[in-house]
Amino acid sequence: MKAMNIVNALNDALDIKLTEDKNVVIYGEDTGFEGGVFRVTEGLQKKHGVERVFDSPLAESAIAGTAVGMAAAGLRPVIEMQFCGFIYPAFNQIISHITRLHNRSRGRYKMPIVIRLPYGGGINALEHHSESMEAMFAHIPGLKVVVPSTPHDAKGLLISAIESDDPVLFLEPKRIYRAIKQEVSEEKFSVPIGKAKVLAPGTDVTVVAYGAMIREVQKAMVMAKEAGYSVELIDLRTIYPLDKETIAASVKKTGRIIFVGEEPRSFGVGSEIMAVANEEAFLHLEAPPKRVAAFDVIVPYPRGEHHYMITPEKIFYEIERTIKF
Amino acid sequence: MFDQFDPAEDKMLQVIDNNGKVIGKEWMPQLTNEEMVKLYKDMLFVRTLDFMIVSYQRQGRVYTYPPNYGQEAIGVAAGAVLRHDDWLVPAFREMGAWLAKGVSMKEIFMFNMGFEEGLKFTDANHVLPFSVPIASQLLHGAGIGYAIKYQKKDEVAMAFVGDGGTSEGDFHEALNFAGVWKVPVIFVIQNNQYAISVPVKMQTASINLAIKSKAYGIKGIKVDGNDIFAMLTVFRNAHEYARKEQQAVLIEAFTYRKGAHTTSDDPTKYRTTDEEKEWDKKDPLRRMKLFLEKNNLWSDAEEERITEEYKKEIDRQFLETEQTVQYPLEDVFKYMYEEMPQDLRNQQIEHEKFLQWKNARK
Repeated sequence: MKAMNIVNALNDALDIKLTEDKNVVIYGEDTGFEGGVFRVTEGLQKKHGVERVFDSPLAESAIAGTAVGMAAAGLRPVIEMQFCGFIYPAFNQIISHITRLHNRSRGRYKMPIVIRLPYGGGINALEHHSESMEAMFAHIPGLKVVVPSTPHDAKGLLISAIESDDPVLFLEPKRIYRAIKQEVSEEKFSVPIGKAKVLAPGTDVTVVAYGAMIREVQKAMVMAKEAGYSVELIDLRTIYPLDKETIAASVKKTGRIIFVGEEPRSFGVGSEIMAVANEEAFLHLEAPPKRVAAFDVIVPYPRGEHHYMITPEKIFYEIERTIKF
Repeated sequence: MFDQFDPAEDKMLQVIDNNGKVIGKEWMPQLTNEEMVKLYKDMLFVRTLDFMIVSYQRQGRVYTYPPNYGQEAIGVAAGAVLRHDDWLVPAFREMGAWLAKGVSMKEIFMFNMGFEEGLKFTDANHVLPFSVPIASQLLHGAGIGYAIKYQKKDEVAMAFVGDGGTSEGDFHEALNFAGVWKVPVIFVIQNNQYAISVPVKMQTASINLAIKSKAYGIKGIKVDGNDIFAMLTVFRNAHEYARKEQQAVLIEAFTYRKGAHTTSDDPTKYRTTDEEKEWDKKDPLRRMKLFLEKNNLWSDAEEERITEEYKKEIDRQFLETEQTVQYPLEDVFKYMYEEMPQDLRNQQIEHEKFLQWKNARK
């Protein structure tokens, strides 16, 4: 065991897979020599060589598009999009090829590609660096969308993602890259894709969240506990395929559900969670399912971001309203 | 070869003229008489198959189809150069190359009848499915090139695009990546003068398309795409160069789409019959046939006999395909993921329950 933050844990996962599988290659903008702007790939080029961990020219469509060719020819590329807001030039390759070539070739060509994407706000960044647009990607048939909230899960999920024969969009909550330290095994282990985790059992209300929002919910739960409310917290860990069973079982127990996310509220992941609660646990509901998500606006520049970000107080406020409904 | 046909001087490599007369003797590829006849027969086969598919489309038996008419030499010459392990990254108008790589006629029929199954290319090695989003496939070629180099394999990737595709960002990015990475990829532009209705002069201010290679530090050449000998020489040289030097190459094959963009298109709306007649003289089959006839290697009688043979076989296989194809519900779901998510499986089960209910009502 070793104390790791999320950056350390991701680096460890990449190192393990590079060591055991020569088909794994890593590239993106500043990903090689520098180790990425967040240093997730730091030291890997030195250890595994410049053919396996490298800097590509600056073009996101080409980073994703060349990964298609590499995967078709037997490699397992792990590509990095530097920030969430820079992925859009690659969107065509993702929606037109990465997620389709397996289907289009009737299973002939697998697409074992991992797209690493630092996402989310609350870091006083420039425009295009704070978005949380995962719903757009979860909506694409053929893709898996994964998001860890702890160092342990970051390592285990990234190993699963690299070993997946299907393409995976791997969201990294950059706000908590270095915020949490945890004892993580230095051995290889994996966390399964498609399985949510009940982080805290409770009886009054189910809260579903993921990524950097988990920590905010946990802060709200301290307030809730003081107020005498029992909250069950589910960390989604995978957005698609969605673990409906865990969500439905929890709602059947608590009778109430709140989604917490930093995404624009409408047509989002939260909307899907609401649909699951209604479709799978309708007769158990004692209050309307509630989304605590961001406004349907562009992430404000840093001086306005406090208006936008979901805070523990806001989560507590909605927990209380839902329980008292 | 590359130095003698500098795209900056707008030179174009040719071997035979419009009457089948040899005008570039030093560029005539080494071929036996049998090999020459085979090249012609391959072009004739592509043209016959192409006409037949268009006629099936007119009969409502296949959906939208993009004809190869007029561009047969490029695909056939590519097919003659690509080895078993070389990669073919198609756009959608290079039928001669597909067939040479082992794509079956039945698969071509199935694809045009509306079955993804036609893109499985069961007996073809290293051929990607056709790519519809223009120029996006060139990046796949560059990525394959990287994999070839990384795995130290003796292979080459050949990726196709049209003239319109050179305006896409992915064209630029693919050539740039391949240039920086120094990978064995041959990019082939079939410049057939039109992107649907838009003429090539509205795509670029460059004097030709091959010159774009210079911006990426790779070799480039413009070649007469309706001259199969010229195509073969350029492909052979490019193949050897890409393989030995581990470098990318850009080839502009100058040709003309004699047919429509697809069966839904009407070229009379945007081009003149005078222009079409001018290009008729440069038709790749006509030119090679004149050459073969001068050398007593081919005759009208032979052509008639073999065309009938081709037609019979094409029609036989088409009928057989028509009678055997099916699209079961499970095929809609089965290939979306290598490992099918439970929720997707549930969607199929739910729909099957509806179908059971529907059938019970009858």
